[in-house]
Amino acid sequence: MATTSVPGGSPAIPVTRRLWPAVREALARLGVTGLGLLVLAVFLLPLGYVLATAFKQDSQLTTPGAPLWPASPSTYNYQGTDYPLYDVPTENGTRPLALVGPHREESDVVDPAKPELGIFNVEGRWRTWQAVYRFDPALENFTTAWRQVNFLRLFRNSLLLSTISTIGTLIACILVAYGFTRFQLPGKNILFIILISTIVLPPQATIVPLYILFSKLGWTGTWLPLLVPAFFANAYDVFLLRQYFMSIPRELDEAAMLDGANPLRILISIILPQAAPAITAVTIFHFFFVWNQYFEPLVYLLGKEELYPISVGIGAFVTTFSNYPGRSAATAVLAMLLPAVMFFLAQRQFMQGIVVTGVEK
Amino acid sequence: MSAVTRTNLASIPSRPRISAHTRRQWSWGLFFLLPWIIGFFAFQLLPIAFTIFLSFTDYAGTSEFKLGNFNFVGLENYQRLLIDKIALPSMGVTLKFALIGIPLGLIIPLLLALLVNSRRLMLSNFFRTLFYLPTVIPVVAGAIIFNGVLNAQSGWLNLSLKALGITEPPRWFSDPLWAGFALNLLAIWAVGNAMIILLASLQGVPTELYEAATIDGAGPTAQFFYITVPMISPVIFYNLTIGVILAFQYFVPALLIGSSNGNPQGSLLFFPMHFYREAFVFSHMGYASVLAVIIFVVTMAATGLLFYFGQRLVYYASGETS
Repeated sequence: MATTSVPGGSPAIPVTRRLWPAVREALARLGVTGLGLLVLAVFLLPLGYVLATAFKQDSQLTTPGAPLWPASPSTYNYQGTDYPLYDVPTENGTRPLALVGPHREESDVVDPAKPELGIFNVEGRWRTWQAVYRFDPALENFTTAWRQVNFLRLFRNSLLLSTISTIGTLIACILVAYGFTRFQLPGKNILFIILISTIVLPPQATIVPLYILFSKLGWTGTWLPLLVPAFFANAYDVFLLRQYFMSIPRELDEAAMLDGANPLRILISIILPQAAPAITAVTIFHFFFVWNQYFEPLVYLLGKEELYPISVGIGAFVTTFSNYPGRSAATAVLAMLLPAVMFFLAQRQFMQGIVVTGVEK
Repeated sequence: MSAVTRTNLASIPSRPRISAHTRRQWSWGLFFLLPWIIGFFAFQLLPIAFTIFLSFTDYAGTSEFKLGNFNFVGLENYQRLLIDKIALPSMGVTLKFALIGIPLGLIIPLLLALLVNSRRLMLSNFFRTLFYLPTVIPVVAGAIIFNGVLNAQSGWLNLSLKALGITEPPRWFSDPLWAGFALNLLAIWAVGNAMIILLASLQGVPTELYEAATIDGAGPTAQFFYITVPMISPVIFYNLTIGVILAFQYFVPALLIGSSNGNPQGSLLFFPMHFYREAFVFSHMGYASVLAVIIFVVTMAATGLLFYFGQRLVYYASGETS
């Protein structure tokens, strides 16, 4: 970008010459950031929608002229009765007036700014007036959803499933990734290629035999089919950890080996502390992966409602959306709350882990 | 576990060239790889072989799996495929989803990664985090959200389109023609993983290359196509491969939104959903295994082709060619 030369470089205007690139740079920054905000707005539109809907009363969705944000029509209390407020066009501009006596072509109103004037009559059809809305988030959707769905149980189940599965995955994948990075073994490269190629494997190709196996073992209707395989490592996470382990210099573990430390000791006290970003990334990836899982719990836990994770537990709310939009939206908000909060807390570590791992690839 | 392994290895007639140190290395290595090796056999290799075996039987999931509860039927299940009225249309649904979704899944994350990598973007971490956010939203919540935001009347997308002057926007999930594309939109929303590894790869491109190109007079467009794209091509290829693999497995949001009938009018009846219904709704485990074999073969063939034709287009800076 620095290639563009500034024309007319006469010694009379050195200040402009020095300022112009800075101004251009500032404009470019504003332009790119503005574009970013625009794209982001489109991208987060669905989130805005679900949040707004969750806090709205369902009646607001079907009321013509109602705003997009959660709101309810404003009222004005005049002599003990609530009257709806409307933006009424008058000769001195539009004013909010409380509608006391609606008629066809003219109506009786009260001016909330000057209630001492009493009820007076204005010309115009009140049905064409815009109702005045005030911001009014409704919490009913959340309370109804909370009463209908046993969220505490679903949260507890999902949390337990995700945590146990993540612990298993971390132990197994760290061991396997360590084996692939630090040990010479005949056929290791072929084993690694096999490991990577299992990424291609569709879950559909194995689920029927696994279902038969797990029912033979009496594991269907329990969490075991969901948890046990996690303790045997998976290709994605091993790959990610291996890439990171490879970037850790060997000098330290060689020194420790000379001091007589065994490989397990080296893994725990030398490799792991240096691999924190990659471990964070795997933790988050896997935790969310289990939190989101739908197909496997649906198949293995069919009918065992008390064991359902949140994904299966709220699945029915997708189709009830057309009848109870607010309640469904509130359910969705509750379901995504914990992952979103966790992500925000860990995002710095997480991004760092991915970016560093990627660079070393 | 390690003791067993060690004795096994020790019992191999020892070759004098292999030192005790090397042997210790092997047994430790094997010990660390063991979880994956066991898992690979128990949960992947043997089940696949078993799926192929089941595809030649008439086993119904309603009874316990043991001899006497199923018969070998030869190629009967495969013949049934020919008269299956759902197999072909559902493969069509999956292919249409893949043909639209895979290119979108390549281009949009790349554009987003370029945006959040730009040094002119202020608060770039804020943008990275928020673009990644939809990726952590559970699939079920995503399905609820898109069912609403794509609602033909009250959804914000159609309200925005109307505000932009499009008087008759698509009816999305109520229109068989648009329902599949609506799921493409839902899928592209969770773009975070692809974006973040592209970003990592963009940051790994040596800046000297751009400086040299600038001196040689290459503009931003030329730099993008002759430096950026080749340098990040391994990651683009990785995203493409993962995109293809996942596209052929895709069906959960369709099940959530269109139920197991793939409403409206079967336009969301993906091929893996057909498999799911045969296996776990109708309990035709034998025939379902045929469908599973097809998913497996199609995925393998697609990735095989990809590696055969795609690898030569990928540039590996380190000189690797695998």
